Amino acid sequence: MADVELRQVTKTFGKEIGIDAVSLKINDGEFVVLLGPTGAGKTTTLRCIAGLEKPDSGEILIDGVNVIDDSPAQRDVAMVFQQYSLYPHLSVRENLEFPLKSPILKTPVDIMNKKVNEVAEVLRISHKLNNKATELSGGEMQRVSMGRALVRNPRIYLMDEPLSSLDAKLRGDLRIELKRIQSELGATMLYVTHDQTEAMTMATQIGVLNNGRLEQFGTPRDIYENPSSEYVATRLGSPRINTLPVSIFGGAPIGATSMGLRPEHIDLGGGQDCEVTRIEHLGDQTRLHLRLGDHHLITLTDSHTPIKVGAVIGITPKNPIFFDANGARVV
Amino acid sequence: MAQIRIENVRKQFGDFTAVQSSSFTVEDGEFFMLLGPSGCGKTTTLRMMAGLELPTSGEIYIGGEEVGMKPASQRDIAFVFQMFALYPHMNVGKNMLYPLLSQGMSKSDAQQRVREVAKILGIEAMLNKSVSGLSGGDRQRVALGRAIVREPKAFLMDEPLGALDAEFREHMSEELRALHDRMGATTVYVTHDQLEAMQMGDKIVVMNHGVVEQFGKPQDIYDKPATMFVADFIGSPPMSFLYFEGAVLANTNTVVLSGETIAVPVQRESTQGKLVFGVRPEHVRLSDQSKFKGEILATEYLGTSQILTIKTLNGELKARISSAQRVDVGDRVGLSFNEKTITLFNAASGAAIRSDLNAGSI
Repeated sequence: MADVELRQVTKTFGKEIGIDAVSLKINDGEFVVLLGPTGAGKTTTLRCIAGLEKPDSGEILIDGVNVIDDSPAQRDVAMVFQQYSLYPHLSVRENLEFPLKSPILKTPVDIMNKKVNEVAEVLRISHKLNNKATELSGGEMQRVSMGRALVRNPRIYLMDEPLSSLDAKLRGDLRIELKRIQSELGATMLYVTHDQTEAMTMATQIGVLNNGRLEQFGTPRDIYENPSSEYVATRLGSPRINTLPVSIFGGAPIGATSMGLRPEHIDLGGGQDCEVTRIEHLGDQTRLHLRLGDHHLITLTDSHTPIKVGAVIGITPKNPIFFDANGARVV
Repeated sequence: MAQIRIENVRKQFGDFTAVQSSSFTVEDGEFFMLLGPSGCGKTTTLRMMAGLELPTSGEIYIGGEEVGMKPASQRDIAFVFQMFALYPHMNVGKNMLYPLLSQGMSKSDAQQRVREVAKILGIEAMLNKSVSGLSGGDRQRVALGRAIVREPKAFLMDEPLGALDAEFREHMSEELRALHDRMGATTVYVTHDQLEAMQMGDKIVVMNHGVVEQFGKPQDIYDKPATMFVADFIGSPPMSFLYFEGAVLANTNTVVLSGETIAVPVQRESTQGKLVFGVRPEHVRLSDQSKFKGEILATEYLGTSQILTIKTLNGELKARISSAQRVDVGDRVGLSFNEKTITLFNAASGAAIRSDLNAGSI
């Protein structure tokens, strides 16, 4: 495995900006997740590293060597796409063996078998090894396509929303599996997703992208507790952070125009009175929708709260964070 | 608006039973969720309410009238599909006018009604726009508008938000629920998304393999699952199951797992054999005093809380604890449980064993 560094990488598509001067470093053995909505530049970043796109400017270093002119094969990366691509005429086993049979690797048969069996076990597709690729469900096909990357020992794994087409339960299981595999192999991984749960639960570092720019890069805890901008603050946390003008509660630092208040950072009682407009019982917790003047807020409370719709309750902010008119953090 | 009552409704497609004898009642003005995995019979049930399928046996009452064998056109309900079906050659206003004009309403009355509904949905400014240029959310609003203008007895919705992306779905589901709160129309809503069902529903029916597994208020279903299927389908992560062999006696409140005595709600029936100890992740605590031990296999950071995957002698379980509590993979920890919340199940049948917790609701 290797470390990967991007220095001021920019890629445009005609007038469209793909990524804009992105710099980041993925250390050997790290699981880095790029998080952002559609069009933020996640996939473009991945494709630039893989060698599938050529940046307009900037450098991409793998183990300290600039690979900008190297072909995808020379870069020795393994990529898993959102849409699985398997050889339909081959069995699952043959699909998994295929990357190992490449003339460059020339893997001995016993090692190949061992590798394939291991990976199949990890991805829970051992019982399907002799099936044709076309005889699998969507979830199984995606696992085989991840397996094809995992049998190899590339310098970095690049994964483009590999779990997004799977159902919620399988996605939850595979999150844990993938994280375990990555840490056992000590693999360097760059994973892109728009799913904040995947980012928070798997990443050692998260990069939050917005319109092609890297807004913040840090550990999940750092990004959640210490967001650098209002945009970043809204990307993590469900329900998302509430934002209010600073005038409502006062006490804001100079330059701040809005206050960010996570749903769990609202104390009930005191402060400002709100009307409860809706109550959602989610089982483990209850969400209260509140109206404070013209503003709508969400807070969390006990699952068996006695509070009813229409009640008026006071709220007091706890650990608010502040932003200026441009959305930048004000401390 | 009307109450909808389903009595012993069954639907057979050839040899395949899509829905086995099911009964439940949707009260007037309720937002009612039909929840289950694909193939569980929820859409078939909805289609029978709509009159798009006729039941093999059983009765369907809408507003007190038995309509089981009546065609859709005579039931006065509105159906909203997963894929919004709009007339592409008509503008937004005409799409909404059409159902009214085809019912024979005068043009001026119909236009008046369309304007009112457009206002409720916040699409007044779009009435003259072509539907082809609209975003997914606006198309879905127009599709809803077309259903609403007719003022039907009930709305039936088949995963109406299924085609939207996650962020937008959340927004639309709030909007839809707020709309319901304003209009108070009886609504039956099919979904496979348990969070959507919990969030939006006044009541939920959970179906599996054509069988109604449980029917009730979201919080009751969450707290007092009637079956292991329900316990596993609802909640994220779902209820954890620890397997053990033993006996439960009526009027006692302990079970023994791997030699450790663990408190549970007072049981109302005696059972023995292969049993299951069901606990929700937020009711597990790490406790050095507890002799019931586990090893942490994984930690998942979620902001304020974290989810631990813990291996015990009786199986894996999930715990939701504060992320302020530092734990590492490989740690050996003692586990204690919020005893009032535990549900025991019969492992073979999957049915919950009656206790002080769930008596009366299962």
